[in-house]
Amino acid sequence: MRTFNIVLLSIWVGVIIFASHTIGQQAYDWLPIAAAAEAEPVGHLFSFLVTLGTIVFLGVMGVLVYSVLFYRARDTSDAPAIRGNLKLEITWTVIPILLVTWIAIYSYNIYQRMNTLGALPLAHLHFVEAPAYAEVGNNNMQRAEQIEVIAKQWSWSFHYPSRNITSTELHLPVNQPVRLMLQSEDVVHGFYVPNFRIKQDIIPNQTIEFKFTPSRIGQYQLHDSQFSGTYFALMEASVYVDAPERYSQWLAETATRPPVPAANPAKSEHIQPPAMPLRSNWHTVPPAQPPLINK
Amino acid sequence: MTNISVESTDDPPKLNPMSWKRYFSFSTDHKVIGVQYLVTAFLFFLIGGLFAMIVRAELLTPQLDVVDRSLYNGLFTMHGTVMIFLWIFPANVGLANYLVPLMIGARETAFPVLNAIAFWLIPVIGVLLLFSFFLPSGTAQAGWWSYPPVSIQNPSGHMINGEFIWLLAITISGISSIMGAVNLVTTIFQMRAPGMSFFRMPVYVWTTLSAQLLQLFCLPALTGAAVMLLFDLTFGTDFFSPFKQGDPVIYQHLFWFYSHPAVYVMALPAFGVFSEVIPAFARKPLFGYKTVAVSSLLIAGISMLVWVHHMFASATPNWMRVLFMVTSMLVSVPTGIKVFAWTATVWRGKLHFQTPMLFALGGVAMFLFAGITGVMLASLPFDIHVNNTYFVVGHFHYVVFNTVTMAIYAGIYYWFPKITGRMYSEGWGKLHFWLTFIGANLNFFPMHPIGLQGMVRRISSYDPQYTGWNVVASLGAFLLGMSTLPFIANVVSSWLRGRKASNNPWNATGLEWTTTSPPAIENFEEIPTVTSEPYGYGESHRLAVDPLSHLS
Repeated sequence: MRTFNIVLLSIWVGVIIFASHTIGQQAYDWLPIAAAAEAEPVGHLFSFLVTLGTIVFLGVMGVLVYSVLFYRARDTSDAPAIRGNLKLEITWTVIPILLVTWIAIYSYNIYQRMNTLGALPLAHLHFVEAPAYAEVGNNNMQRAEQIEVIAKQWSWSFHYPSRNITSTELHLPVNQPVRLMLQSEDVVHGFYVPNFRIKQDIIPNQTIEFKFTPSRIGQYQLHDSQFSGTYFALMEASVYVDAPERYSQWLAETATRPPVPAANPAKSEHIQPPAMPLRSNWHTVPPAQPPLINK
Repeated sequence: MTNISVESTDDPPKLNPMSWKRYFSFSTDHKVIGVQYLVTAFLFFLIGGLFAMIVRAELLTPQLDVVDRSLYNGLFTMHGTVMIFLWIFPANVGLANYLVPLMIGARETAFPVLNAIAFWLIPVIGVLLLFSFFLPSGTAQAGWWSYPPVSIQNPSGHMINGEFIWLLAITISGISSIMGAVNLVTTIFQMRAPGMSFFRMPVYVWTTLSAQLLQLFCLPALTGAAVMLLFDLTFGTDFFSPFKQGDPVIYQHLFWFYSHPAVYVMALPAFGVFSEVIPAFARKPLFGYKTVAVSSLLIAGISMLVWVHHMFASATPNWMRVLFMVTSMLVSVPTGIKVFAWTATVWRGKLHFQTPMLFALGGVAMFLFAGITGVMLASLPFDIHVNNTYFVVGHFHYVVFNTVTMAIYAGIYYWFPKITGRMYSEGWGKLHFWLTFIGANLNFFPMHPIGLQGMVRRISSYDPQYTGWNVVASLGAFLLGMSTLPFIANVVSSWLRGRKASNNPWNATGLEWTTTSPPAIENFEEIPTVTSEPYGYGESHRLAVDPLSHLS
């Protein structure tokens, strides 16, 4: 009987581990396609977390479901008065400590490798010239394309100081490190491209340095990830990861165009609000002047 | 002479102490205050739920087609505010008010008048917040975090605006909660019956103590921040103005220094309810009582050191992010102890599946899921991807609804016979459970996949790629709304006409079951003396055994 139980238990543990591994492999597909070098390790981390999480979930749920099925009361008498078991309690304290230590170390390693965030705080920088620290930084970052990202209610604009052009589209060269200088002119905004799997809040009157390397050619979407007021949902922009030639071509073409005010969905909606069944007519902050862009 | 004296006894100048009218009076009886809290909170729960259903109706389709954007922002702001400050907090405090004195063998709480004032501030907050919908400026629209500077932009230019009312309400709520906490903490420390040592207190009392200590330590930070933000908004100070030497990130720190522990203020009493209900319906002592009890304090202690995990994507330096990742991971250890203890309590028990047990087991299962996504969120690189997406919204709804609200329901059903002296209807209770359980999972599970895909929270229109799961979530939300109907019908009809309950219908341990149902004004005829640990199921020295059990 004892051997039978051990065999049964081993099968059950095997099933849980197999199922957890399978689900952990599936987890890659639950994330948007990775389009930055920093996104890959996040995918591995997530798959690892899902695998561990599934083991814990199935393990505990297995005990609960088994009990619900097989320990139904047949009368109103009490069950045996088992008050605890010190060994068991120590086990389920120590194992979680080990597990979370493992997760924390793994996460720390990945975070170190991502290295997206520059030193904080960086306030009032001017970008006529590259800042002094860029020269002492690592070689990769010296080659990094530097772009100023300006967020305001409710528009994004991207200034390329090397060519002195501004756009509402963010073009990035593939497989080349980029350094974004995140700035906000009014409230807190957030820079988030799901395919890059990285995010950074933008604090007004600060410049936050944000580094990553796009790795897959394509068109992606930038979202404002920190609530910024009435037209928050409209604050989006297209992000293009281009082949190097295509990128240089875009820079060159855009530089020839004269600056004009950009089209802005928030502004158009503010001027002509769509009819809604439930209207509040509450005051809203008027959208800021759309940026002047080379178009 | 005789006539006069007869008149004076027939027409007592004072309210009959057991009349229903006492629930509408400034009563200092902790049991009356407990019921007042619970009923008031439930009314606000319905209102907050209505707001959520409008929000979900808007999110049925990608484009904006039900409410305008300002109203949408006002609705989700008020949904969060009402649910946290007017439903979960007061419902928990109501249950604690009713139960703690009974559980520790006291006749009253330590500061009955303070307690009553704390309660009567709740309707004031509710009226203020709801009234703000009718202001020309509209209600507050900056989310329940109310981060500056967006929260204090005040486009209407009016001095009395939605944000002003919101900050006033939060300040009053802070004052009310601190008063309530002073009362409950003092009661637990000072008013225990003879023999009721700390390690003889039921876990529900431990969790209430831990939660209320958190209120005392952390809530002043939020209340202070709300006052400072109110000054920035109204009187032109610059505490948090980024362009005038202020720092908006300091507000985020102050806010989360309270608002993360606040999650445990909400969740700890839920753990308490599970720890009472599960042993009673498994007919077994709570497994590892002392570690479960102590882990409540550990959870409270660690939870004070984790707030920056809400700011992993904010302007926080790398060292701070890493440090707070480690502390956040550690919370899962004492929380895990509790989940494992409930599981072990059920193991080899003799399980009865009355409504309280269904809600408790359902709550534990869904809390397990919430705990796992919680550890994922503590992992810094992963959090940076899902921070401020629906993954986080899904995670915390699995905590605040699928765990805490399930536990409040479990508690209401479990102690309903004690509070009202009548039994609720089991059939309606089970229907309520299944509708709630299915509705909650349909509503909140889909938020995880769309969050992983990158759908940002608080947006009023969204990319069509997210439509499918959003439709499921919205249908779940409507089902969840409907699920309250059998509960209301059950509670109202059972309270009026339900079967009379005995003193101890669940044949449970705990001092509250040794007195009458409902308890007399002074709770106990004679203050009991406690001689053993709680949860003496299966042991000979049970506190009270009732032959008229309603277990089946």
